[in-house]
Amino acid sequence: MTGKRALLTGAHFLNGDVACAEGAIAAGCRFFAGYPITPATEIAEHLSQRMPEFGGIYVQMEDEIASMAAVIGASYAGLKAMTATSGPGFSLMQENIGLAVMTEAPCVVVDIMRGGPSTGQPTLPGQQDVMQAKWGSHGDYGIIALSPSSVQEMFDLTIEAFNLSETYRVPTLLMGDEIVAHMWEKVVIPSAEGIRTVNRKKPNVPRDKYMPFMPDDDLVPPMACFGEGYRFHATGLTHNEQGYPQTSSSEVQSRLVRRLCEKISQNEDKIVRVERVTLEDADVVVVAYGIVARAALSAVRKARASGIKAGLLRLITLWPFPEKQVAEIAGRAKAIVVPEMNCGQLVREVERAAKETPVAFLSKLGEDPHTPMEILEVIRRNC
Amino acid sequence: MIPNIWCPGCGNGIVLNCFVHALDELQTDLDKLVVVSGIGCIGRTAGYTNTDSFHTTHGRALAFASGVKLANPELQVVVVSGDGDLFAIGGNHFIHAARRNMGIKVICVNNFNYGMTGGQQGPTTPLEAFTTTSPYGNIEHPFNLVHLAAASGAVYVARWTTLHVRRLTQSIKKVLQKEGFCFIEVVSPCPEIFGRYNKMRSGLEMMEWFKKASSVESFSDPAKAEITLDRIVVGEFVDVEKLSYEKLLHEKISQINEKALEQVG
Repeated sequence: MTGKRALLTGAHFLNGDVACAEGAIAAGCRFFAGYPITPATEIAEHLSQRMPEFGGIYVQMEDEIASMAAVIGASYAGLKAMTATSGPGFSLMQENIGLAVMTEAPCVVVDIMRGGPSTGQPTLPGQQDVMQAKWGSHGDYGIIALSPSSVQEMFDLTIEAFNLSETYRVPTLLMGDEIVAHMWEKVVIPSAEGIRTVNRKKPNVPRDKYMPFMPDDDLVPPMACFGEGYRFHATGLTHNEQGYPQTSSSEVQSRLVRRLCEKISQNEDKIVRVERVTLEDADVVVVAYGIVARAALSAVRKARASGIKAGLLRLITLWPFPEKQVAEIAGRAKAIVVPEMNCGQLVREVERAAKETPVAFLSKLGEDPHTPMEILEVIRRNC
Repeated sequence: MIPNIWCPGCGNGIVLNCFVHALDELQTDLDKLVVVSGIGCIGRTAGYTNTDSFHTTHGRALAFASGVKLANPELQVVVVSGDGDLFAIGGNHFIHAARRNMGIKVICVNNFNYGMTGGQQGPTTPLEAFTTTSPYGNIEHPFNLVHLAAASGAVYVARWTTLHVRRLTQSIKKVLQKEGFCFIEVVSPCPEIFGRYNKMRSGLEMMEWFKKASSVESFSDPAKAEITLDRIVVGEFVDVEKLSYEKLLHEKISQINEKALEQVG
């Protein structure tokens, strides 16, 4: 690997946690706060070495609650900030993920999913946190969650997560799993010029006219940071556009919370990404995400080889849920197959979008993910 | 957002007043000051200062403030919050921020109970005191906040009551000019709620208690700095020099980068 203060431009053999950490650096992240947890610890370890080389901050906090709070503080002080964890820590972070949502603090949270509930299976993969990603903190809100299927995507989607969080002033979640985190694969890291990075938009009004929560047309307010002379207030309480608490007004609550939801839902077309494989004439479509989508791709190819018109819709964005994309394939397909490493979470969203089209669910828990043959078998039964 | 939400006789206004006077006397650059608070009556302070300010989730003010201070060490970061916020739900963050010697100045207003939610027992409620959740008298031993702060590694520790406005203002001025984790406890009257249940129904009665019971014993052993109905030991207890976390961290970062430049050269 090349030296310090430089991106590792070139081709490398890395594990997913390290690729994620390098992606964060490439995205311009200069603050990491975290707490050790399997299988995400290597992200912290790698950043404890790399952050100082870029003048960035690595700090190990006393728990995940504090990590998430520190990330929001750093974000408000003007840095791109991230934390990384797994299920138990993700649960502890939900409180302050809500604070980041409410105060519109751009930040990235990496959740390397393992088997749950509770301490569960620290060293085995799971996809059991995908509903928690959407609904984990109390109240209504929009959020963005991405699902990497490879080590390369652990790098690429970490950058994408920062760009989305800076664009929409929303915590953006990278929902990896133990396998994509610990697996070693080839990763190509572009030169700095070849990487698109986005920075939050800044206010362009005089300091005394600045309203920290007055949105532009895209429903996202420009963001001043601490120390820039704007002297603004932010709070987790329901607040008006000036940033001050207004907790008894139904009008203020409705205006604020609906905007927090709509700044994501109205920009869905710009946010949502899926990968489509042989969908044009597909009778049976597998909808999968994360590491499971790798087995699903293999199953779809095997099905095609045996004459079955199968296709794959791989969800790269989990939230906002790619409802239109699923509805579109559901309109043409005879059946949809959803393999997940949980007892049935995102399949419910698929069913909702698929309407009349039958959806077969294939659950796997507590072991290796689905094999291609297991998915192929369900494709065969539904074609 | 004045007028404030605080009850008549509450000590929070006095603390805010002392804080603002300290800032004024020091001619602090308000563009470089961040006031952070948690949840509770005094937690609203952040919204009353004409500075950058943030009102966090319950107990998390110090963890949030740590992120701010590390991300931009040039900012003066002051946490103003209550005893329940900082020492019950936020107790873990307190001892660790103090242990790290994070350059944050903490003003803790101790009113012996949870005022915002109507007066429940908390980590500083005196033994046998009555609250809405200790109707038969409190059986929990309270924290001695100055002892806890000193033991956790704070470089400056003081306790005053809202009666000691000049000394409190001096203490605040001192910590605003000092490096590292500094802690000031302000014993404050809550006549509308705590006082009501404990035979001190007015702010004046509570202030009379502070006057009668308090004794200035600076640099005495904080472990023995008691707060009881008969005796409130106040003063400065710790004032030592120690490199702050952010200074150590940024020195380390500079060393790493100088080394890297040498290697490149």
